[in-house]
Amino acid sequence: MHIISALILGAFICGAAGYLGSLMVTKRMSLMGEALGHMTLPGIALAIIYGFDISIGAFFFLLLGIILIWLLEKRTKLPMETLAALVISSSLAIAFLFLPEEETINALIGDISKITMVDTITTVAFSTIIFLAINKVFSNMIFVSISEDLARVSGINISRMNLIFLSCIALVIAIGVKVVGGLLIAALVAIPASTSKNLGKNLTHYSYGGLLFGSTAGVLGILGFQLTGIPAGPLIIMISAVLFLISLIFVK
Amino acid sequence: MHNEILRVNKLNVSLNGDEILKDLNFSVKKGEVLIILGPNGAGKTTLFKSLLGLLPYSGEVIWHSKRISYLPPRELIHRKELPPLTLEDFFKFKKVSSYKIAKILNQVGLDPNILKKGFESLSTGQFQRMLIAWGLVDEPEVLLFDEPAYGIDIGGQETVYSLLQNFWKEHNLTILLITHDLSIVWGHADNVLCLNKNYYCYGKPQEVITPKELEKLYGTGIEFYEHSHIGS
Repeated sequence: MHIISALILGAFICGAAGYLGSLMVTKRMSLMGEALGHMTLPGIALAIIYGFDISIGAFFFLLLGIILIWLLEKRTKLPMETLAALVISSSLAIAFLFLPEEETINALIGDISKITMVDTITTVAFSTIIFLAINKVFSNMIFVSISEDLARVSGINISRMNLIFLSCIALVIAIGVKVVGGLLIAALVAIPASTSKNLGKNLTHYSYGGLLFGSTAGVLGILGFQLTGIPAGPLIIMISAVLFLISLIFVK
Repeated sequence: MHNEILRVNKLNVSLNGDEILKDLNFSVKKGEVLIILGPNGAGKTTLFKSLLGLLPYSGEVIWHSKRISYLPPRELIHRKELPPLTLEDFFKFKKVSSYKIAKILNQVGLDPNILKKGFESLSTGQFQRMLIAWGLVDEPEVLLFDEPAYGIDIGGQETVYSLLQNFWKEHNLTILLITHDLSIVWGHADNVLCLNKNYYCYGKPQEVITPKELEKLYGTGIEFYEHSHIGS
């Protein structure tokens, strides 16, 4: 692994996750992020066993999972929070069934040592696409949170917007699991946005704050891995949490 | 009619199997003020939502204008648990120049510096003025306003109505207003539409707002005073 290449990858995906996270936190979807993160685990396990790209396995299981949650919600009318709990534990259980023991830890908390140049290039490309897509829907999504009726009267196509949003979530998680693993991915989206919410005074500060704090944690975490050998995933999340703690001093 | 801006024919709206509006017919002329009156749960907000295409309905709703602005009841505008949002951010949803925003804020009696303030930080009265400015900043032809004075003290209510009347006079605005407040009807309305479930009445205020009609609308026990001092 080339350090520069890893740093670029970390900066882009963690930044994209933080930026997207500012919307997920607004939509109260942090727990959903946790559920989706866990859902990638069986996919990661299969990818490790059969030797294909982890993100592809993760993405495939994410799609399955999103459809499953959607069906369960429609059929049972159970609250999203209950479904998330159900999905989190069962995905973990299924993953443990066939995850090779020596690979378990990498699937759970990520492993950047196997990252290649191709990974970096695709990550940079997808992160940029995610950033541009979220940038396009961002203010309209906030508008819908204030009043769905007002947003619809203004001609906003809510279902198209939600589709873009959900696709970005699936992409960020599928790529992000390479760096922080299935267990930690929710923190990758939720913590930078929370930090930014503590500090931001307007929407621009808030959303770009998520991006900045995400990227910073990504870069410092990977540098820390290089220096200490502690896995990058937990380091990134810990640095993110420290940034959050520091932001508490400045809460308005 | 050439100056008709809205026509509603045989409007029927059902929600979850409940018939809320039945065979409603009325029309609104350009520059008219129509007051929609009725008790809670009568279907007033449902009527607005159907007119705006936010709810499924049968019958005809024909608008001769594309510039329609809508202000929902204030309690349906979320002000809590939002990301950091300034009034400037809120006005950006309208995509108009900052000159126009400053101008209209002045017109409703707010200092344009208020734009830097947080969306959640305004008092009820300020928020309602700001909302009127927001609803009118892109110069609509029609304003649908649901309960403009709800939860505001009497002084504040007068401000809201006189502001609306100023805009109505200056811009030949067509206004559809939902209210509980019988007293504003005399001063400002061209026509009144009173709703209560499957019953409705429609016409000029002095024809519609009679003790007999009010009794049908609200049930017995409504005291009736003719307010001669209210009005322009």
